[in-house]
Amino acid sequence: MTQSGSPISAADVAKVAHLARLDIDDAQVEHFTEQLAKVMVHFGDIDALDLSGVEPMTQPYPLVNVMREDVEQPTLDTDEVLASAPAAEERRFRVPPIVGTEG
Amino acid sequence: MATIPTTASQIAAAVASGSITAREVLEAHLARIDERESEIHAFNLVTADVARAQADAIDADIAAGRPVGPLAGVPIALKDNMCTHGIETTCSSKILEGWKPPYDATVVTRLRAAGAVMVGKTNLDEFAMGSSTENSAFGATRNPLDTSRVPGGSSGGSAAAVAAGFSPVSLGSDTGGSIRQPAALCGVVGVKPTYGRVSRYGLVAYASSLDQIGPFATTVADAALMTEVISGHDVMDSTSIPQPAPSLVDAASQGVAGMRIGRVVDLPGGAEPEVSARLDAAFEALAAAGATIVDITLPSLGYALTAYYLIAPAEASSNLARFDGVRYGLRVNAADTNAMYGATRAAGFGDEVKRRIMLGTYALSAGYYDAYYGKALKVRRLIAQDFDKAYESVDTILMPTSPLVAFKFGEKADDPMSMYLCDIYTIPTNLAGHPAMSVPFGTGAHGLPVGIQVLAPALGEAAMFRVGGALELAAGGAQ
Amino acid sequence: MSDSPLSLIVATEEQLLPGGWEMIVGLEVHVELATATKLFSGSPNRFGDEPNINIDPVTLGLPGALPVLNKHAVELAMRIGLALNCRIQRCIFHRKNYFYPDQPKAYQISQYDLPLNADGFLALPSGAVIGVERAHMEEDTGKSTHIGGATGRIHGSDYSLMDFNRAGVPLVEIVSRPDIRTSEQAREYVSELRAILEVIGASDAKMEEGSMRCDANVSVHKPGTPFGTRCEIKNVNSIRAIGRAIDYEARRQIDIIDSGGVIRQETRHWDDAEGRTHTLRTKEDADDYRYFPEPDLVTVDPSQEWIEAVRAALPPLPAARRAMLQELTGYDPQSEAIIVAVERGQHEYVKAIADAGGDPVKALIYVTQAFAEAGASPAVPAADIAALTILERDNKLSATQAKTVLAEIVANGGGDAAAIAAAKGFEAMDTSAVEAMVDEAIAADPDAWAKYCAGEEKAAGAIVGRIMKASKGKADGKVVSAIMQSRRGA
Repeated sequence: MTQSGSPISAADVAKVAHLARLDIDDAQVEHFTEQLAKVMVHFGDIDALDLSGVEPMTQPYPLVNVMREDVEQPTLDTDEVLASAPAAEERRFRVPPIVGTEG
Repeated sequence: MATIPTTASQIAAAVASGSITAREVLEAHLARIDERESEIHAFNLVTADVARAQADAIDADIAAGRPVGPLAGVPIALKDNMCTHGIETTCSSKILEGWKPPYDATVVTRLRAAGAVMVGKTNLDEFAMGSSTENSAFGATRNPLDTSRVPGGSSGGSAAAVAAGFSPVSLGSDTGGSIRQPAALCGVVGVKPTYGRVSRYGLVAYASSLDQIGPFATTVADAALMTEVISGHDVMDSTSIPQPAPSLVDAASQGVAGMRIGRVVDLPGGAEPEVSARLDAAFEALAAAGATIVDITLPSLGYALTAYYLIAPAEASSNLARFDGVRYGLRVNAADTNAMYGATRAAGFGDEVKRRIMLGTYALSAGYYDAYYGKALKVRRLIAQDFDKAYESVDTILMPTSPLVAFKFGEKADDPMSMYLCDIYTIPTNLAGHPAMSVPFGTGAHGLPVGIQVLAPALGEAAMFRVGGALELAAGGAQ
Repeated sequence: MSDSPLSLIVATEEQLLPGGWEMIVGLEVHVELATATKLFSGSPNRFGDEPNINIDPVTLGLPGALPVLNKHAVELAMRIGLALNCRIQRCIFHRKNYFYPDQPKAYQISQYDLPLNADGFLALPSGAVIGVERAHMEEDTGKSTHIGGATGRIHGSDYSLMDFNRAGVPLVEIVSRPDIRTSEQAREYVSELRAILEVIGASDAKMEEGSMRCDANVSVHKPGTPFGTRCEIKNVNSIRAIGRAIDYEARRQIDIIDSGGVIRQETRHWDDAEGRTHTLRTKEDADDYRYFPEPDLVTVDPSQEWIEAVRAALPPLPAARRAMLQELTGYDPQSEAIIVAVERGQHEYVKAIADAGGDPVKALIYVTQAFAEAGASPAVPAADIAALTILERDNKLSATQAKTVLAEIVANGGGDAAAIAAAKGFEAMDTSAVEAMVDEAIAADPDAWAKYCAGEEKAAGAIVGRIMKASKGKADGKVVSAIMQSRRGA
């Protein structure tokens, strides 16, 4: 299993920058790799812990079954929303051509 | 013109009684902003016109004999990551510059109903990521007590606004200490309520399972009043605790006689000696006030920093993915959508935000989830269990808020790890979801304020405010 | 989707493809739930509105917006789970992270390793039982329109326009196990599933409007050998297309293997007009979705009481309805009459006619023939139809006369069958009169009669036509043909 303190490589940084859609150049990749590597080394401390049988904690306060009734609520004003859009046309948000496909 | 009272509760009482108008209170505060804001830069936006309209409406209500809320005429500053309908909300990021939300955050609605008057939106570390407010795309905020030093962060603007007298109270958000640490560095009171006490609806998310809105104030009683006003169940937030707002103002003056207060014997080191000395003095003062000091251990506390800096960036990497240039905010045009995403996000986010997005993306990515994010969630459980065990024998726990007093600009700017270590004492309660507050308790190095942190179990705000009030009294403050 | 476990089902000889290949098919069906509002916000869930009308902070993924789960959506999802024999369990939501302009938050709130419904099955009318791995809740995306370029398709377009009315509409994704062995079974699975979804009110399940969408995972192998590499076929948007797309894809894969090639794991797009699939993307460039538990939502833990209440409110499913009509009429549950009556929801009406003393078989026939537009609960009193079935059964009316009376009853929304028949002068003729008419007709067209006697059944038509004309339709067709057969045999 990967250890938490494993060094992060420039290739890892380039890969996550792409996944996160952050255009960064090679110099920045190097810079971020250096900084993140220092941080990741510190993170190696938790490898010392015995975590077997520990239930992951995803939420601090244990609530269950929080639901609302299926009742319509007011909607936003389309014009107000589209006025904040970088580009709009025919009551819709305009984006550059889509290359590749979802998921 | 009557003298302007200094605390929120005094102002609200004076305005409600008609002895002073909300407009007079507001103009006095706007005058102070005029005087010092260019030096401090607490605000991204001063909303003088909105504030005047709100103040006049309060005065009209009072003149007409209509009932007013508990914050009638109280000027308030809001951290610029809370949505305000039609008023710019930027998170101190270029990616949201100029964005006017089409809706109000729940806390904004509650404050308005309580009669508060919004004077402006305060500066922060971009998307609340930082401990110095240096990571703002619109320039750093200065500490009003020493303008060569940082105010702390990420809610540095809200802390500075209160410390500079721009408003008696303000709201911040606290994900890993972002209210308590700047409160400590600016010498004011700062409260992070229990996770789920205050609705997050309309708070621009940094890390959803850790974020919590809370107040800054100059007195513990004002902080209690603010916490009462903004707390309570909200159907718009699924993680909102379905319990009514607690009564806290009285607790602030109840004293600590008979309370058991925990001293953490295995507290991770790193605090400046002056800070440790103030902590010792705080224990002595509380013992003198009738509390029993009980030694406790929190063995997993030292791992909190790692857990936090994996969980928070992981959630942030997902929360900040929506800033894609499609529906609002910045867009950098490009030949296709994917290129537009990459260029927009590269231009719109600052380095610290990019670092955390990449860190979080890495922690969640295929092959690393178990080693990083999955493990961090387990460490989080251990920390919560440590607290649960400790609270079997104590009512509250005391520790420093920040290991350091306010530091100089640029001191930690390019060393992320040293900046992250500023949060070592504040992070554990965010992981556990518990309430904690910072109360000014004397000074440390360079005569700068030291904050002492009071921690309590989930929904234990009343006990926390009792201890906070006692510390304030012992330090020669309010009451 | 997660990797499905291997299926233990083996195709029969007849189900194998030429060359002894076996196709292994699993289906992923997305259905939009018939709620009033979206899965996590109160905007209307409505098809066909002006663009960007049904939007709110949650739908648009505005900063600060938070999702709140729609209870009715959970109930409809539970209905689906119960109808598919699933285990309803404690579940959570996950975020599936990816960038695409129709996905406002750049993540989809979905369910991952803990879905609401798990481990069910769907029994097909033909007898096959198809495993259902899971049926989980998730939110729909917005809709893109591609502008410019030659085809109006995504490829080569100049730009795209986004409408978020559909974003956040509740979906249930029903993932079958790879238990399907023929394209016919795949069609049957989707068609039965659609019938179930309609009956339980979970979805209007209209494939043409996109409220029911189907993806197929297809692979081929020789029985006894490991499964082949599978391809996922997207955009299969009608039941007919499902059969065509699967057959095409299986053939494509067999051709590649036969000519020494290797199947690449990939996602392919079904082009219905061209009748073929195209590569959409290969596994190598599949995104890393970075699933993690959605921190803005809490656990859903349905109580046994809640589950039982939902179960108790479920109407009888199509299979039970078909079985009821089978018992009533003796017809095969796969017969067209039963399938049509159940599809229209008129099984209760057929039963009501029988309960009112009517003849069950004639009731079924009348209902399927004359009530196509009448909906599940026709306005005509069941007793009126019952009376008519008895008149025909007892030979008081010929089939043709009964049909005429039925049409009048339907047109008038009811009526006394005997009175209508009398008013029209319908009386069944006695057999001797019919015999006389048969003899007259034979005499009038000896050629046709000779052909009929020589075994040319079609030739009977001319004779019968003469008799019907002479009797003005009063002669009972069955009686006529019985007499003709006895004359021929004599």
